[in-house]
Amino acid sequence: MSNALNMNDKLASFNDDSAEVAGRSLWQDARIRLMRNKAAVVSMVILSIITLMAILAPWLSAHPFDEVYWDFIQVPPNFAEGFWFGTDENGRDLFVRTLYGARVSLMVGLVATTVSLVIGVVYGAVAGYMGGRVDNLMMRFVDILYSLPFMFFVIILMVIFGRNIYLIFVALGAVEWLTMARIVRGQTLAVKKKEFVEAAHASGVSTTKIIFRHIIPNILGPVIVYMTLTIPQVILTESFLSFLGLGVQEPLTSWGVLISEGSKVMESAPWMLAFPATFLALTLFCFNFIGDGLRDALDPKDR
Amino acid sequence: MAGASSKLSCATDGHETYNEEGSQKERANSSMFSYILKRLLTAIPTLFIIITIAFFMMRIAPGGPFDQERQLPPEIEANILKAYDLDKPVYEQYFIYISKLLQFDFGPSYKFRDFSVTELILSGLPASFQIGGLSILLATFIGIGLGTLAALYQNQKTDYAIMGVAMTGIAIPNFVAAPILSLVFGVYLAWLPVAGWGDGAARNLVLPVISLALPQIAYIARLTRGSMIEVLHSNYIRTARAKGIRERLVVVRHGIKGALLPVVSYLGPAVAAVTTGSVVIESIYDIPGVGRYFVNAALNRDYPLVMGVVIFYATLILMMNLIVDVIYSFLDPKLRVGA
Repeated sequence: MSNALNMNDKLASFNDDSAEVAGRSLWQDARIRLMRNKAAVVSMVILSIITLMAILAPWLSAHPFDEVYWDFIQVPPNFAEGFWFGTDENGRDLFVRTLYGARVSLMVGLVATTVSLVIGVVYGAVAGYMGGRVDNLMMRFVDILYSLPFMFFVIILMVIFGRNIYLIFVALGAVEWLTMARIVRGQTLAVKKKEFVEAAHASGVSTTKIIFRHIIPNILGPVIVYMTLTIPQVILTESFLSFLGLGVQEPLTSWGVLISEGSKVMESAPWMLAFPATFLALTLFCFNFIGDGLRDALDPKDR
Repeated sequence: MAGASSKLSCATDGHETYNEEGSQKERANSSMFSYILKRLLTAIPTLFIIITIAFFMMRIAPGGPFDQERQLPPEIEANILKAYDLDKPVYEQYFIYISKLLQFDFGPSYKFRDFSVTELILSGLPASFQIGGLSILLATFIGIGLGTLAALYQNQKTDYAIMGVAMTGIAIPNFVAAPILSLVFGVYLAWLPVAGWGDGAARNLVLPVISLALPQIAYIARLTRGSMIEVLHSNYIRTARAKGIRERLVVVRHGIKGALLPVVSYLGPAVAAVTTGSVVIESIYDIPGVGRYFVNAALNRDYPLVMGVVIFYATLILMMNLIVDVIYSFLDPKLRVGA
C-alpha cells in the first residue's frame, strides 16, 4: 500500500496529470499524508478532547466555576470532594476553572485568528493582484507596521480601555494579520500569472471576482498552514497579557490568569501552576504539531 | 577525462564569480553608506508615527494620572495639572511634548517625582541590556548549533530529539518556564538565587537569561534546520562534495553561510520578542530593568514614562532591523545593495 503511494508520489512529481489518473485531488492527497503523520493525528485527538472538555465544562464538574468553598482554601487535588485539580487561594475548584480558562483561551485563539485571516488574506490578495504602485504602497505600509513595537501598543490599549475581551480579539487580530498579508501577497504573485487567471481576465471577469473566485481559493494551502500556526501564537499572547493582569477579568479566567496566580504561590501550592501550565503547553504543542504536519502535507516540494 | 573537464569548468566558474564579486563589492561599498543613510531617514518618520499614536492613544482614554481615591482640593489639583501642562488642550500638549523631545527631554516622571524619565530609563538600561544581549547571543549560538546538528542527522534520533526539545521551547512560554526554573533551581535544588539582581552577579543572570533565550533557541534551531536541509541539497554543496572536500568543511564553510540567511532575518523579530519578554521576566525575577517600569507606568498613567519606554524600545527595534538588513545584504550577494 505505502509502496503504491510512494510510486504515485514519484509519478506525480514527473507528471501533474498522473494525480488525476489515480483519481485523487490535491486535498485528498494532503489528507492522506496528514493522516500518516502520527504526531499530527495524536495532536488532533488531544485537541478535540480539550475542546470538548471546554465546551462541556459546566457538566463535567460538580462545582460551579465561581463558587467559593470556605472549607477548602488552596487544598491539593482531592478526589473525595471532587476537587480533581485542587482549589485556588479563594477556595474555588481549579479543575472547572482550568476548563473555563480553556474556553477563553481557545475562543480568543479562534476569533482573533479569524480576524487576522480576513484582513490579511484580503489585503495581501489585493496588493499582490493589483501590483505596481498600489502593491508598493500597501506593502510599504505593512513594513512600517512591522517595525512598531506592537506588544507595547496592545499593553497600553488594554490598560487604558479596560480588560475587555472583545478588545483582545480585535487587538490581537490586528497584530497578527501582517505576516498573513505578506504570505498571501507572495502566493498571489505566483498564482496570478497562471493561465486560468489570464483566461478569466480575458473573458471580462471583474477584478473583485477574480480575486475572490480564482486567486484566494488557490492560495488556501499556505494560508491554512499559517493559520494553524497563528492560533497558538494568539493564545500565547493572550496568556501573556493575562499573566500581566491585563487579560480577562474576575470571576472569568484564562490560562494566563491561572498561571499568574499559580506562580505566586508555587512553593506552597505547586498544583495551581502545574495544571493550567500543562493545559496551555499541551494546546500549544498540538497546534504546532498540526501546523507542521499540514505544512508537510500541503507542500508539494516534499512529495 | 570527465573529472578533468569538470575541474576546469569549476576553475573558470570560480574565476568569473570572483571578478564579478570584486566589482560588486566596490559598488556596494559606495552605495552602502547612502543606503544606511536612506534607511535612517525613513526610520525617523516611522518613529514619529509611533510617538504620535502612543501619545494620543493614552490621552483619549478616560482617567488621568492624578486621579486618586482621595479628592484633592480643586486649587491644588489645578496647580498640579498646570505644572505638567495637563490643563492645556491635548494638541497643545502634543506640540509641547514633541518640541521638548527634539531637545532629548523626555520630561519628568509623574509617579517617581524626583526623577526624570531619562534618568529612570538610563538606570534600567544596564540590567536590561545585559539579560537581553546575553539571551540573544545564547539563542543564536545554541540555536544555530542545534539546528545544524539536526539537519545533518535529518530524520534520525538526534534530529527527533533536538526538534522535540525545540518544540518544548516553543510550547512552554517564558512566563511559565521562568517560575518553574526558579522553583526547581532556586527553591528545590537551591543552586541559584530564586530572584533578585545582586548587582548583575553571574549567579543572578543565569535563570533570567535562560528563560528569555529558550523560545528563541527553539525558533532559531527550527529555522536553521529547515534552511540547512535545503542548502545541503543544493547544487553548490553537491559540487563541493564532488570536489572531495571533507564533509565538515562542506558544512562549516559552505553550508552554514547559506543556511544563515533566514536566521539573520529572524534576529530583528527576535530582538523585539526578547524585549517584550523582558517585561515579564524582569518582574518575575525582580530585575531593575527598563521593561519592569513599563506595565506599572501604564497602569499608573505615568504618560511620560510610558512614552519614554515605547520610544526607547521602538528605536532599539528599528536600529536592529537596519543592522540585520545590512548584514543580510552582505551575506546574500543577490540582495547586495546597489547591485
